Amino acid sequence: MEIRVTAAGPGTERLWRDALGEGRLTLPFCEACGRAHFFPRVLCPHCGANAIVLRPASGRGTVHSTTTVRRRAEEGGDYNVALIDFAEGPRMMARVDGVAPAAVAIGMAVEAAIVTEDEAPLVVFRPVAEGA
Amino acid sequence: MVNPRLRGTAAIVGVGHGGIGAAPGRTAFDIVGDATHAALADCGLKLSDIDGVFAATMVNSMPAVNVVEYLGLRPRVTEGTNTGGSSFLAHLQWAALALDAGLCEVALITYGSNQKTGAGKFVSTSEIVPFEAPYKPRYPVSAYALAAARHMHEFGTTREHLAEVAVAARTWANLNPEACARGPLSIGDVLASRMVSDPLTVRDCCLVTDGAGAVIMTRADRARDFPKPPAYLLGVAAENWHRWVSSMPDLTTTAASRSGPRAMAMAGVGHADLDLVMLYDAFTITPIMFLEDLGFCPKGEGGRFVADGRLRHGGGFALNTNGGGLSCVHPGMYGLFLLIEAVRQLRGECGARQLDRPKLALCHGNGGHWSSQVTAILGTGETL
Ligand SMILES: [Zn+2]
Repeated sequence: MEIRVTAAGPGTERLWRDALGEGRLTLPFCEACGRAHFFPRVLCPHCGANAIVLRPASGRGTVHSTTTVRRRAEEGGDYNVALIDFAEGPRMMARVDGVAPAAVAIGMAVEAAIVTEDEAPLVVFRPVAEGA
Repeated sequence: MVNPRLRGTAAIVGVGHGGIGAAPGRTAFDIVGDATHAALADCGLKLSDIDGVFAATMVNSMPAVNVVEYLGLRPRVTEGTNTGGSSFLAHLQWAALALDAGLCEVALITYGSNQKTGAGKFVSTSEIVPFEAPYKPRYPVSAYALAAARHMHEFGTTREHLAEVAVAARTWANLNPEACARGPLSIGDVLASRMVSDPLTVRDCCLVTDGAGAVIMTRADRARDFPKPPAYLLGVAAENWHRWVSSMPDLTTTAASRSGPRAMAMAGVGHADLDLVMLYDAFTITPIMFLEDLGFCPKGEGGRFVADGRLRHGGGFALNTNGGGLSCVHPGMYGLFLLIEAVRQLRGECGARQLDRPKLALCHGNGGHWSSQVTAILGTGETL
Protein backbone atom coordinates (compact mmCIF):
# COMPACT_ATOMS: atom_id res chain seq x y z
CA MET A 1 0.00 0.00 0.00
CA GLU A 2 1.36 3.40 -0.96
CA ILE A 3 0.89 6.59 1.02
CA ARG A 4 0.95 9.62 -1.26
CA VAL A 5 2.40 12.89 0.05
CA THR A 6 0.23 15.79 -1.05
CA ALA A 7 0.94 19.50 -1.09
CA ALA A 8 -1.90 20.29 1.29
CA GLY A 9 -1.70 17.50 3.87
CA PRO A 10 0.88 16.42 6.44
CA GLY A 11 4.51 16.29 5.40
CA THR A 12 6.50 13.17 4.61
CA GLU A 13 8.09 12.89 8.06
CA ARG A 14 4.72 12.97 9.82
CA LEU A 15 3.24 10.39 7.45
CA TRP A 16 6.30 8.16 7.89
CA ARG A 17 5.98 8.35 11.69
CA ASP A 18 2.22 7.72 11.56
CA ALA A 19 2.81 4.57 9.47
CA LEU A 20 5.56 3.46 11.86
CA GLY A 21 3.14 3.95 14.77
CA GLU A 22 0.77 1.56 13.00
CA GLY A 23 3.54 -1.02 12.75
CA ARG A 24 4.50 -0.37 9.13
CA LEU A 25 8.07 0.51 8.14
CA THR A 26 8.04 2.52 4.92
CA LEU A 27 10.54 4.41 2.77
CA PRO A 28 9.90 7.55 0.73
CA PHE A 29 10.23 6.98 -3.03
CA CYS A 30 10.27 9.57 -5.80
CA GLU A 31 7.82 8.89 -8.60
CA ALA A 32 9.85 11.02 -11.02
CA CYS A 33 13.24 9.31 -10.74
CA GLY A 34 12.24 6.14 -8.93
CA ARG A 35 14.84 6.46 -6.19
CA ALA A 36 14.27 6.13 -2.45
CA HIS A 37 15.66 8.49 0.17
CA PHE A 38 15.97 8.79 3.93
CA PHE A 39 15.24 10.79 6.09
CA PRO A 40 11.76 11.57 4.73
CA ARG A 41 11.37 14.83 2.78
CA VAL A 42 8.69 16.54 0.67
CA LEU A 43 11.00 16.83 -2.31
CA CYS A 44 13.37 14.26 -3.76
CA PRO A 45 16.99 15.06 -2.80
CA HIS A 46 18.13 13.20 -5.93
CA CYS A 47 16.11 15.07 -8.59
CA GLY A 48 14.07 17.79 -6.87
CA ALA A 49 10.65 16.45 -7.79
CA ASN A 50 7.92 16.68 -5.17
CA ALA A 51 6.11 13.49 -6.22
CA ILE A 52 6.84 11.43 -3.10
CA VAL A 53 5.12 8.22 -2.03
CA LEU A 54 5.77 6.08 1.01
CA ARG A 55 6.09 2.40 0.13
CA PRO A 56 6.51 -0.58 2.45
CA ALA A 57 10.22 -1.16 3.11
CA SER A 58 11.72 -4.61 2.74
CA GLY A 59 13.34 -4.19 6.15
CA ARG A 60 16.45 -5.88 4.79
CA GLY A 61 19.71 -4.06 5.24
CA THR A 62 23.45 -4.22 5.66
CA VAL A 63 25.61 -2.70 8.39
CA HIS A 64 27.55 0.14 6.69
CA SER A 65 29.43 1.17 9.84
CA THR A 66 29.22 0.55 13.54
CA THR A 67 30.51 1.85 16.87
CA THR A 68 30.22 0.70 20.44
CA VAL A 69 29.42 3.64 22.67
CA ARG A 70 31.07 2.97 26.03
CA ARG A 71 28.94 3.60 29.09
CA ARG A 72 29.35 2.69 32.75
CA ALA A 73 27.61 -0.52 33.75
CA GLU A 74 25.54 1.29 36.39
CA GLU A 75 24.22 3.59 33.64
CA GLY A 76 23.22 0.65 31.45
CA GLY A 77 26.51 -0.50 29.94
CA ASP A 78 27.90 -0.33 26.42
CA TYR A 79 25.55 -0.09 23.44
CA ASN A 80 25.66 -0.18 19.67
CA VAL A 81 25.10 2.66 17.20
CA ALA A 82 25.19 1.71 13.53
CA LEU A 83 24.54 3.09 10.08
CA ILE A 84 22.38 0.68 8.09
CA ASP A 85 22.03 0.63 4.30
CA PHE A 86 18.53 -0.46 3.30
CA ALA A 87 18.33 -2.91 0.38
CA GLU A 88 16.36 -0.12 -1.35
CA GLY A 89 19.43 2.17 -1.14
CA PRO A 90 19.02 4.80 1.58
CA ARG A 91 20.98 4.81 4.82
CA MET A 92 19.71 5.39 8.36
CA MET A 93 21.21 5.55 11.81
CA ALA A 94 19.94 2.73 14.01
CA ARG A 95 21.01 0.09 16.52
CA VAL A 96 21.61 -3.62 16.02
CA ASP A 97 20.00 -5.64 18.80
CA GLY A 98 20.19 -9.34 19.61
CA VAL A 99 23.99 -9.49 19.58
CA ALA A 100 26.73 -7.99 21.75
CA PRO A 101 27.52 -4.38 20.66
CA ALA A 102 31.11 -5.26 19.75
CA ALA A 103 29.93 -8.24 17.66
CA VAL A 104 28.12 -5.96 15.21
CA ALA A 105 30.30 -5.93 12.08
CA ILE A 106 30.42 -3.93 8.87
CA GLY A 107 28.79 -5.96 6.10
CA MET A 108 26.52 -7.90 8.48
CA ALA A 109 23.08 -8.68 7.03
CA VAL A 110 20.33 -7.31 9.25
CA GLU A 111 16.56 -7.08 9.33
CA ALA A 112 14.39 -4.31 10.74
CA ALA A 113 12.05 -4.60 13.69
CA ILE A 114 9.84 -1.98 15.28
CA VAL A 115 10.12 -1.73 19.05
CA THR A 116 8.67 0.74 21.54
CA GLU A 117 11.20 2.86 23.38
CA ASP A 118 10.57 6.01 25.43
CA GLU A 119 6.89 5.55 24.54
CA ALA A 120 7.55 5.91 20.81
CA PRO A 121 8.00 3.41 17.97
CA LEU A 122 11.64 2.91 17.06
CA VAL A 123 13.29 1.05 14.18
CA VAL A 124 16.04 -1.32 15.29
CA PHE A 125 17.79 -4.08 13.38
CA ARG A 126 18.66 -7.68 14.20
CA PRO A 127 21.17 -9.95 12.52
CA VAL A 128 19.70 -12.20 9.84
CA ALA A 129 20.28 -15.82 10.83
CA GLU A 130 22.91 -17.65 8.73
CA GLY A 131 21.32 -19.16 5.64
CA ALA A 132 18.03 -17.33 6.18
CA MET B 1 34.71 27.19 -10.63
CA VAL B 2 37.61 29.19 -9.25
CA ASN B 3 37.40 32.93 -8.82
CA PRO B 4 40.90 34.35 -8.37
CA ARG B 5 39.70 37.95 -8.08
CA LEU B 6 40.04 38.08 -4.28
CA ARG B 7 43.51 36.50 -4.27
CA GLY B 8 45.81 38.65 -2.14
CA THR B 9 43.28 41.47 -1.65
CA ALA B 10 43.14 41.10 2.15
CA ALA B 11 45.60 40.24 4.88
CA ILE B 12 45.66 39.28 8.52
CA VAL B 13 47.58 42.00 10.35
CA GLY B 14 46.86 41.16 13.99
CA VAL B 15 46.23 37.99 16.00
CA GLY B 16 45.60 37.35 19.68
CA HIS B 17 44.65 34.67 22.20
CA GLY B 18 42.68 34.88 25.42
CA GLY B 19 42.02 32.41 28.23
CA ILE B 20 43.85 29.52 26.57
CA GLY B 21 43.41 26.36 28.64
CA ALA B 22 41.44 27.51 31.63
CA ALA B 23 39.92 30.91 32.35
CA PRO B 24 38.31 30.45 35.76
CA GLY B 25 35.92 33.22 36.69
CA ARG B 26 35.88 34.68 33.19
CA THR B 27 32.96 34.49 30.80
CA ALA B 28 33.30 33.49 27.13
CA PHE B 29 32.91 37.17 26.19
CA ASP B 30 35.53 38.20 28.77
CA ILE B 31 38.11 36.07 26.95
CA VAL B 32 36.87 37.30 23.55
CA GLY B 33 37.66 40.73 24.99
CA ASP B 34 41.12 39.53 26.09
CA ALA B 35 41.84 38.07 22.64
CA THR B 36 40.57 41.18 20.83
CA HIS B 37 42.71 43.41 23.05
CA ALA B 38 45.74 41.26 22.28
CA ALA B 39 45.05 41.25 18.52
CA LEU B 40 44.64 45.04 18.45
CA ALA B 41 47.88 45.49 20.41
CA ASP B 42 49.54 43.12 17.92
CA CYS B 43 48.74 45.42 14.98
CA GLY B 44 48.58 48.81 16.70
CA LEU B 45 44.92 49.50 15.95
CA LYS B 46 42.28 50.83 18.34
CA LEU B 47 39.03 49.13 19.29
CA SER B 48 37.11 51.94 17.58
CA ASP B 49 38.86 51.16 14.28
CA ILE B 50 36.91 47.88 14.00
CA ASP B 51 33.95 48.34 11.66
CA GLY B 52 33.34 44.73 10.65
CA VAL B 53 32.60 41.93 13.16
CA PHE B 54 32.57 38.24 12.23
CA ALA B 55 31.83 35.76 15.02
CA ALA B 56 30.17 32.43 15.78
CA THR B 57 29.62 30.43 18.97
CA MET B 58 27.74 27.29 19.96
CA VAL B 59 25.81 28.93 22.79
CA ASN B 60 24.42 32.21 21.43
CA SER B 61 21.66 32.57 18.88
CA MET B 62 23.17 35.88 17.66
CA PRO B 63 26.86 35.56 18.54
CA ALA B 64 28.22 38.38 16.37
CA VAL B 65 25.59 40.72 17.79
CA ASN B 66 26.66 39.79 21.34
CA VAL B 67 30.31 40.48 20.48
CA VAL B 68 29.38 43.92 19.12
CA GLU B 69 27.58 44.76 22.36
CA TYR B 70 30.33 43.45 24.66
CA LEU B 71 33.06 45.35 22.82
CA GLY B 72 30.96 48.51 22.55
CA LEU B 73 31.29 48.68 18.76
CA ARG B 74 29.07 50.13 16.04
CA PRO B 75 30.21 48.10 13.02
CA ARG B 76 28.86 48.52 9.50
CA VAL B 77 29.17 44.77 8.89
CA THR B 78 27.99 42.18 11.44
CA GLU B 79 28.27 38.59 10.21
CA GLY B 80 27.54 35.54 12.35
CA THR B 81 27.17 32.56 10.05
CA ASN B 82 27.73 29.39 12.06
CA THR B 83 29.09 26.44 10.09
CA GLY B 84 30.64 24.86 13.20
CA GLY B 85 34.38 24.77 13.74
CA SER B 86 35.00 25.87 10.15
CA SER B 87 33.08 29.14 10.67
CA PHE B 88 36.13 31.35 11.10
CA LEU B 89 37.76 30.17 7.89
CA ALA B 90 34.49 30.90 6.11
CA HIS B 91 34.48 34.31 7.80
CA LEU B 92 37.84 34.99 6.10
CA GLN B 93 36.05 34.73 2.78
CA TRP B 94 33.21 37.06 3.80
CA ALA B 95 35.61 39.51 5.46
CA ALA B 96 37.79 39.63 2.33
CA LEU B 97 34.70 40.27 0.20
CA ALA B 98 33.42 42.98 2.55
CA LEU B 99 36.85 44.67 2.65
CA ASP B 100 37.20 44.48 -1.13
CA ALA B 101 33.74 45.97 -1.61
CA GLY B 102 34.47 48.80 0.81
CA LEU B 103 31.73 47.67 3.19
CA CYS B 104 34.24 47.82 6.05
CA GLU B 105 37.88 48.79 6.62
CA VAL B 106 38.96 46.73 9.65
CA ALA B 107 37.46 43.29 10.18
CA LEU B 108 37.53 41.42 13.50
CA ILE B 109 37.03 37.65 13.37
CA THR B 110 36.65 36.22 16.87
CA TYR B 111 35.56 33.25 18.94
CA GLY B 112 35.67 32.31 22.61
CA SER B 113 34.36 29.57 24.85
CA ASN B 114 34.66 28.79 28.55
CA GLN B 115 33.35 25.24 28.07
CA LYS B 116 35.88 23.83 30.55
CA THR B 117 35.64 26.09 33.59
CA GLY B 118 32.08 27.13 32.83
CA ALA B 119 31.01 23.45 32.71
CA GLY B 120 27.41 22.94 33.65
CA LYS B 121 26.50 26.34 32.31
CA PHE B 122 27.54 25.37 28.80
CA VAL B 123 24.35 24.74 26.86
CA SER B 124 24.72 24.05 23.15
CA THR B 125 22.16 25.58 20.83
CA SER B 126 22.37 22.42 18.71
CA GLU B 127 18.93 20.93 18.13
CA ILE B 128 17.67 17.40 18.83
CA VAL B 129 18.26 15.35 15.68
CA PRO B 130 15.01 13.43 15.17
CA PHE B 131 16.43 10.57 13.09
CA GLU B 132 19.58 10.06 15.17
CA ALA B 133 18.86 11.08 18.78
CA PRO B 134 16.79 7.97 19.73
CA TYR B 135 19.90 5.80 19.16
CA LYS B 136 21.96 7.96 21.57
CA PRO B 137 25.11 8.49 19.54
CA ARG B 138 27.65 10.36 21.69
CA TYR B 139 28.16 13.64 19.85
CA PRO B 140 30.40 14.47 18.25
CA VAL B 141 32.71 11.50 18.83
CA SER B 142 30.37 8.77 17.51
CA ALA B 143 30.03 10.56 14.15
CA TYR B 144 33.79 10.45 13.76
CA ALA B 145 34.03 6.90 15.12
CA LEU B 146 31.59 5.65 12.46
CA ALA B 147 33.76 7.16 9.73
CA ALA B 148 36.95 5.82 11.33
CA ALA B 149 35.48 2.31 11.50
CA ARG B 150 34.49 2.49 7.83
CA HIS B 151 37.94 3.84 6.86
CA MET B 152 39.58 0.94 8.69
CA HIS B 153 37.24 -1.53 6.95
CA GLU B 154 37.74 -0.15 3.45
CA PHE B 155 41.42 0.74 3.50
CA GLY B 156 43.10 -1.25 6.25
CA THR B 157 43.76 1.79 8.42
CA THR B 158 44.72 0.66 11.93
CA ARG B 159 44.30 1.98 15.46
CA GLU B 160 48.09 2.44 15.48
CA HIS B 161 47.76 4.77 12.48
CA LEU B 162 45.16 6.80 14.37
CA ALA B 163 47.35 6.84 17.49
CA GLU B 164 50.31 8.13 15.47
CA VAL B 165 48.36 11.34 14.77
CA ALA B 166 47.93 11.97 18.51
CA VAL B 167 51.59 11.15 19.22
CA ALA B 168 52.78 13.48 16.44
CA ALA B 169 50.60 16.32 17.75
CA ARG B 170 52.13 15.86 21.20
CA THR B 171 55.70 16.20 19.86
CA TRP B 172 54.77 19.68 18.61
CA ALA B 173 52.81 20.60 21.73
CA ASN B 174 55.87 19.78 23.81
CA LEU B 175 57.62 22.72 22.10
CA ASN B 176 54.70 25.12 22.60
CA PRO B 177 54.51 26.78 26.04
CA GLU B 178 50.84 27.66 25.38
CA ALA B 179 49.81 24.04 24.67
CA CYS B 180 47.45 22.57 27.28
CA ALA B 181 48.58 18.91 27.01
CA ARG B 182 52.32 18.37 27.21
CA GLY B 183 54.53 15.49 28.31
CA PRO B 184 55.36 12.10 26.88
CA LEU B 185 52.72 10.23 24.85
CA SER B 186 53.33 6.92 23.08
CA ILE B 187 51.26 4.89 20.64
CA GLY B 188 50.86 2.36 23.44
CA ASP B 189 49.49 5.09 25.73
CA VAL B 190 46.86 6.04 23.14
CA LEU B 191 45.84 2.42 22.51
CA ALA B 192 45.60 1.69 26.25
CA SER B 193 43.56 4.77 27.12
CA ARG B 194 39.84 4.64 27.83
CA MET B 195 37.67 3.74 24.83
CA VAL B 196 34.90 6.27 24.24
CA SER B 197 33.22 5.22 20.99
CA ASP B 198 35.05 2.44 19.17
CA PRO B 199 37.61 2.72 17.61
CA LEU B 200 38.31 6.12 19.24
CA THR B 201 39.80 6.37 22.73
CA VAL B 202 39.90 9.48 24.86
CA ARG B 203 43.42 10.13 23.46
CA ASP B 204 42.02 9.99 19.91
CA CYS B 205 39.74 12.89 20.88
CA CYS B 206 40.53 16.59 21.04
CA LEU B 207 40.98 18.37 24.35
CA VAL B 208 38.15 20.11 26.17
CA THR B 209 39.53 23.53 27.11
CA ASP B 210 38.63 27.18 27.41
CA GLY B 211 40.06 29.61 24.93
CA ALA B 212 39.44 32.57 22.68
CA GLY B 213 41.05 33.92 19.56
CA ALA B 214 40.88 37.10 17.53
CA VAL B 215 42.11 37.98 14.06
CA ILE B 216 42.27 41.49 12.57
CA MET B 217 42.04 41.74 8.80
CA THR B 218 42.43 44.72 6.47
CA ARG B 219 42.73 45.30 2.74
CA ALA B 220 46.14 44.36 1.38
CA ASP B 221 46.87 47.94 0.27
CA ARG B 222 46.92 48.98 3.96
CA ALA B 223 48.58 45.85 5.29
CA ARG B 224 52.17 46.99 4.87
CA ASP B 225 51.56 49.90 7.28
CA PHE B 226 51.33 47.64 10.33
CA PRO B 227 54.20 46.74 12.65
CA LYS B 228 54.34 43.02 11.80
CA PRO B 229 54.53 41.24 8.43
CA PRO B 230 51.02 40.64 7.03
CA ALA B 231 49.71 37.18 6.17
CA TYR B 232 47.91 37.54 2.86
CA LEU B 233 44.78 35.56 2.05
CA LEU B 234 45.72 33.93 -1.25
CA GLY B 235 42.93 31.40 -1.55
CA VAL B 236 39.76 30.37 0.26
CA ALA B 237 36.99 27.95 -0.67
CA ALA B 238 34.10 26.27 1.14
CA GLU B 239 31.88 23.30 0.43
CA ASN B 240 29.16 21.57 2.43
CA TRP B 241 27.35 18.31 1.67
CA HIS B 242 25.29 17.38 4.76
CA ARG B 243 24.73 18.21 8.44
CA TRP B 244 24.49 14.93 10.41
CA VAL B 245 26.58 11.82 9.87
CA SER B 246 23.65 9.61 8.80
CA SER B 247 23.26 11.89 5.73
CA MET B 248 26.99 11.97 4.90
CA PRO B 249 27.13 10.81 1.26
CA ASP B 250 30.36 8.80 1.67
CA LEU B 251 31.79 8.15 5.14
CA THR B 252 35.38 8.21 3.89
CA THR B 253 35.33 11.27 1.59
CA THR B 254 34.52 14.80 2.72
CA ALA B 255 33.75 18.04 0.90
CA ALA B 256 37.40 18.97 1.57
CA SER B 257 38.03 17.07 -1.66
CA ARG B 258 36.34 20.01 -3.40
CA SER B 259 37.19 22.98 -1.16
CA GLY B 260 40.90 22.10 -1.09
CA PRO B 261 41.57 22.02 -4.84
CA ARG B 262 39.54 25.22 -5.35
CA ALA B 263 41.41 27.11 -2.63
CA MET B 264 44.77 25.93 -4.00
CA ALA B 265 43.79 26.85 -7.56
CA MET B 266 42.70 30.31 -6.42
CA ALA B 267 46.04 30.75 -4.65
CA GLY B 268 47.93 29.28 -7.60
CA VAL B 269 49.91 26.91 -5.39
CA GLY B 270 50.68 23.19 -5.47
CA HIS B 271 51.26 20.72 -2.64
CA ALA B 272 55.05 20.98 -2.91
CA ASP B 273 54.86 24.76 -2.39
CA LEU B 274 53.27 24.48 1.06
CA ASP B 275 55.53 24.90 4.09
CA LEU B 276 52.87 24.38 6.77
CA VAL B 277 49.61 22.43 6.86
CA MET B 278 47.10 23.18 9.62
CA LEU B 279 44.25 20.62 9.62
CA TYR B 280 41.35 20.60 12.04
CA ASP B 281 42.16 17.57 14.26
CA ALA B 282 39.02 17.13 16.34
CA PHE B 283 39.80 13.40 16.30
CA THR B 284 42.81 11.44 15.08
CA ILE B 285 40.86 10.22 12.03
CA THR B 286 40.22 13.77 10.78
CA PRO B 287 43.77 14.71 9.63
CA ILE B 288 44.08 11.28 8.01
CA MET B 289 40.97 11.84 5.89
CA PHE B 290 41.81 15.48 5.19
CA LEU B 291 45.35 14.58 4.02
CA GLU B 292 43.64 12.30 1.48
CA ASP B 293 40.84 14.67 0.49
CA LEU B 294 43.23 17.61 0.11
CA GLY B 295 45.46 15.52 -2.16
CA PHE B 296 48.57 15.00 -0.03
CA CYS B 297 48.18 11.23 -0.55
CA PRO B 298 45.76 8.98 -2.45
CA LYS B 299 42.34 8.15 -0.99
CA GLY B 300 42.73 5.35 1.53
CA GLU B 301 46.46 5.85 2.05
CA GLY B 302 46.18 8.39 4.91
CA GLY B 303 46.92 5.86 7.64
CA ARG B 304 50.01 4.50 5.90
CA PHE B 305 51.04 8.08 4.98
CA VAL B 306 51.30 9.08 8.64
CA ALA B 307 52.69 5.74 9.90
CA ASP B 308 56.37 6.57 9.34
CA GLY B 309 56.28 9.41 11.86
CA ARG B 310 56.56 12.17 9.26
CA LEU B 311 54.02 14.31 11.12
CA ARG B 312 56.15 14.38 14.28
CA HIS B 313 58.40 17.34 15.01
CA GLY B 314 61.42 16.88 12.74
CA GLY B 315 59.59 14.26 10.63
CA GLY B 316 59.58 16.41 7.51
CA PHE B 317 55.87 17.20 7.12
CA ALA B 318 54.93 20.25 9.20
CA LEU B 319 51.37 19.56 10.39
CA ASN B 320 49.63 21.34 13.26
CA THR B 321 52.77 22.85 14.72
CA ASN B 322 50.93 24.29 17.74
CA GLY B 323 50.00 20.77 18.89
CA GLY B 324 46.54 20.95 17.34
CA GLY B 325 43.16 20.40 18.92
CA LEU B 326 44.54 17.11 20.21
CA SER B 327 47.28 18.62 22.40
CA CYS B 328 47.23 22.45 22.23
CA VAL B 329 43.75 23.86 22.70
CA HIS B 330 40.17 22.97 21.74
CA PRO B 331 37.45 25.22 23.10
CA GLY B 332 34.63 23.62 21.10
CA MET B 333 35.10 25.39 17.75
CA TYR B 334 38.79 25.30 16.93
CA GLY B 335 39.09 26.69 13.39
CA LEU B 336 40.29 30.17 14.37
CA PHE B 337 43.33 28.73 16.17
CA LEU B 338 44.54 27.13 12.91
CA LEU B 339 44.77 30.62 11.42
CA ILE B 340 46.52 32.17 14.42
CA GLU B 341 49.24 29.50 14.43
CA ALA B 342 49.71 29.84 10.66
CA VAL B 343 50.14 33.64 10.96
CA ARG B 344 52.63 33.25 13.80
CA GLN B 345 54.65 30.69 11.81
CA LEU B 346 54.66 32.91 8.69
CA ARG B 347 55.94 35.77 10.87
CA GLY B 348 58.59 33.63 12.54
CA GLU B 349 57.22 34.05 16.08
CA CYS B 350 57.02 30.40 17.13
CA GLY B 351 60.13 29.92 19.24
CA ALA B 352 61.26 26.30 19.67
CA ARG B 353 58.68 24.99 17.18
CA GLN B 354 59.38 27.64 14.52
CA LEU B 355 59.71 26.30 10.97
CA ASP B 356 62.56 27.47 8.75
CA ARG B 357 61.24 30.62 7.03
CA PRO B 358 57.83 29.28 5.92
CA LYS B 359 56.12 31.26 3.14
CA LEU B 360 52.88 29.35 2.45
CA ALA B 361 50.41 27.75 4.84
CA LEU B 362 47.26 25.74 4.16
CA CYS B 363 44.59 25.87 6.86
CA HIS B 364 41.62 23.52 6.72
CA GLY B 365 38.57 23.86 8.94
CA ASN B 366 35.87 21.27 9.60
CA GLY B 367 32.42 21.96 11.01
CA GLY B 368 29.61 19.75 12.26
CA HIS B 369 29.98 16.05 11.55
CA TRP B 370 32.46 16.19 8.67
CA SER B 371 29.90 18.64 7.24
CA SER B 372 31.20 22.12 6.47
CA GLN B 373 34.68 22.12 4.92
CA VAL B 374 36.65 25.33 4.37
CA THR B 375 40.21 25.59 3.07
CA ALA B 376 42.30 28.77 3.20
CA ILE B 377 45.79 29.51 1.90
CA LEU B 378 47.86 32.18 3.66
CA GLY B 379 51.16 33.51 2.39
CA THR B 380 53.90 36.01 3.16
CA GLY B 381 54.47 39.15 1.06
CA GLU B 382 56.81 37.35 -1.31
CA THR B 383 54.04 34.91 -2.34
CA LEU B 384 51.74 37.69 -3.62
ZN1 LIG C 1 13.65 11.97 -7.68
